[in-house]
Amino acid sequence: MNETEARSTNRRSLLSGPYLVWIIGFTVLPLIVIFRFALSDGAGHATLSNITAIFSPIHRKAMWFSLKIAIGCTVFCILLSYPMVMAMKHLGLSKKGFSLFIIILPMWMNFILRILALQMILSNNGILNLFLTKLGFEPLRIANTETAVMIGAVYDYLPYMMLPIYTAIMEINEDVIEAAKDLGAGSFTVFRKIILPLSLPGLLSGTVMVFVPSMTSFVISNLLGGGKLQLIGNVIEQEFMTGNRYVGSGLSVALMIFVLISMAFTMRHNTEGKESVVW
Amino acid sequence: MSDVILQLKNITKSFDGKMILNDFNLDIGRNEFVTLLGPSGCGKSTILRIIGGFVRPDKGRVLFEGEDITMLPPEKRNVNTVFQKYSLFPHMSVADNIAFGLKLKKKSSQYIKDKIDYALKLVNLDGYEDREPLSLSGGQQQRVAIARAIVNEPEVLLLDEPLGALDLKLRHEMQRELIKIKKEVGITFLYVTHDQEEALMMSDRIIVMNKGIIQQAGDSKSIYDEPQNAFVADFIGESNIIDGIMVRDCLVNIQGVDFTCVDTGFGENNPVDVVIRPEDLEIVKAGEGYLTGQVISIIFKGAYYEIKVKVDDYEWMIQSVDPAPIGEFVGLTIDPDNIQIMHKPVRDDEEVARDE
Repeated sequence: MNETEARSTNRRSLLSGPYLVWIIGFTVLPLIVIFRFALSDGAGHATLSNITAIFSPIHRKAMWFSLKIAIGCTVFCILLSYPMVMAMKHLGLSKKGFSLFIIILPMWMNFILRILALQMILSNNGILNLFLTKLGFEPLRIANTETAVMIGAVYDYLPYMMLPIYTAIMEINEDVIEAAKDLGAGSFTVFRKIILPLSLPGLLSGTVMVFVPSMTSFVISNLLGGGKLQLIGNVIEQEFMTGNRYVGSGLSVALMIFVLISMAFTMRHNTEGKESVVW
Repeated sequence: MSDVILQLKNITKSFDGKMILNDFNLDIGRNEFVTLLGPSGCGKSTILRIIGGFVRPDKGRVLFEGEDITMLPPEKRNVNTVFQKYSLFPHMSVADNIAFGLKLKKKSSQYIKDKIDYALKLVNLDGYEDREPLSLSGGQQQRVAIARAIVNEPEVLLLDEPLGALDLKLRHEMQRELIKIKKEVGITFLYVTHDQEEALMMSDRIIVMNKGIIQQAGDSKSIYDEPQNAFVADFIGESNIIDGIMVRDCLVNIQGVDFTCVDTGFGENNPVDVVIRPEDLEIVKAGEGYLTGQVISIIFKGAYYEIKVKVDDYEWMIQSVDPAPIGEFVGLTIDPDNIQIMHKPVRDDEEVARDE
């Protein structure tokens, strides 16, 4: 590298300055603070008990429920996304754009606002039951249940699954699919042997973007679970609200470690160094 | 043709109201090497896609060994395609790519392994089993694509401009190899190209197409030596195509000069198209040939010079091993055998190449 190039590289790296300030202020420093609290007993002694508190029965229960919601939500999002994207694949350009717009549209509205709307729809004398009784069906009791939380999570995170899968599938060359058919593959085999493996990077991005936030969410269960259903996020929130920031931090760290481990499992398949769609 | 394997009957196809194929008929014999040759948009690739099953004709039928396969989906047809853009499966190794069709047919793993070995040897890629397709060069990828198709032992191999993306030298090499592979595996090849040299070199039979219509069909020599209309003459190789008047049998008047030729049956004093290949014209001293004109340009092309001689308002193209200085007046002469007389086109779609 000659001197001019070196200088221009230096100058270019200055451009990352504003972001660095941001990430130090809002990610690195808070993390340090959280770790300090997590490893302290409040009286100035170091301890791991805040972190191991995750294994207490009540926390284990919340953790288990969070995991159930996160896995369920991820699976439902995958099952909804693939057929939809496959249906969009063969649409004309303008129809494709429109369906994409419909998928993205909810993301333009505030997240809490959407959950509040869903709360109105799902509540026992809400819009859904109004319709059902009008049509002569029994009203459903899904408000404040696990089902409501699951619906809320899927509703909220679906676009984050669908978009990376959409991008990955649209990038698959039509020629490759024709070649597979030419060699004797029916539609299902084409999907299983060509489309699914080639869209794996998108599926993995989607999984990360859905699994992690649905695992750590607490607003959805607050609003749709009626405050009775405790996700691990709710527990942490309460610890902080009741002033016990040491246990709150400890549980946060434990959750963070759990999420990192599960992501490591997910990423193991993505070792080819192929860039996936989102990160 | 005694043993016809594939028949296209009255195929008509249009896209967005634009007629691509109009009542197209073609019989292909077993073990024949047939090339569809024509400019882009002439419908040649559409024919291949109809045979492959990717496009349904609006009208007409495709018969395979006498059986109607028009409505059969691609995966149920006993033909395989080699695509222009290779279309290898990027997430599979070379060996898995080649094994794809065989695994679907539930062949034994020993059979598959033997086939992979055989096919890779055939395309000169032994030892490449575990490579990733995207780490290979274009020529290597196309070899893998050919191997992937032929291991399935299709009755007909469809090749859609398979060498179009390769550079000239590699293309020549692959042409020779394809002929070798064709001889070795002994299956029918239906080849699509816009490269006339490629078609002339490889094919048993060439179908010259324009605007969805067959302009001429025949072996390489007859297509080159006896083009039936101006489109074919112009598309196949370089040509001087000039208006003439057939004075009587074996005598044609070009630019006011009577030439002896060998064609008969064009009537008397009828306007005709005359085709003379540039390599058939000979430059002689001014006044000694049929025509006299002035050299207006000369380009060195390696094996020969390309010389343009202006006679009245027509520029004759001549290929000669001897140069001629610009500005000099020279004579042009030609052997009667090398004058090709053609009827003036009746339909305008026969003569597109001259307008464009």
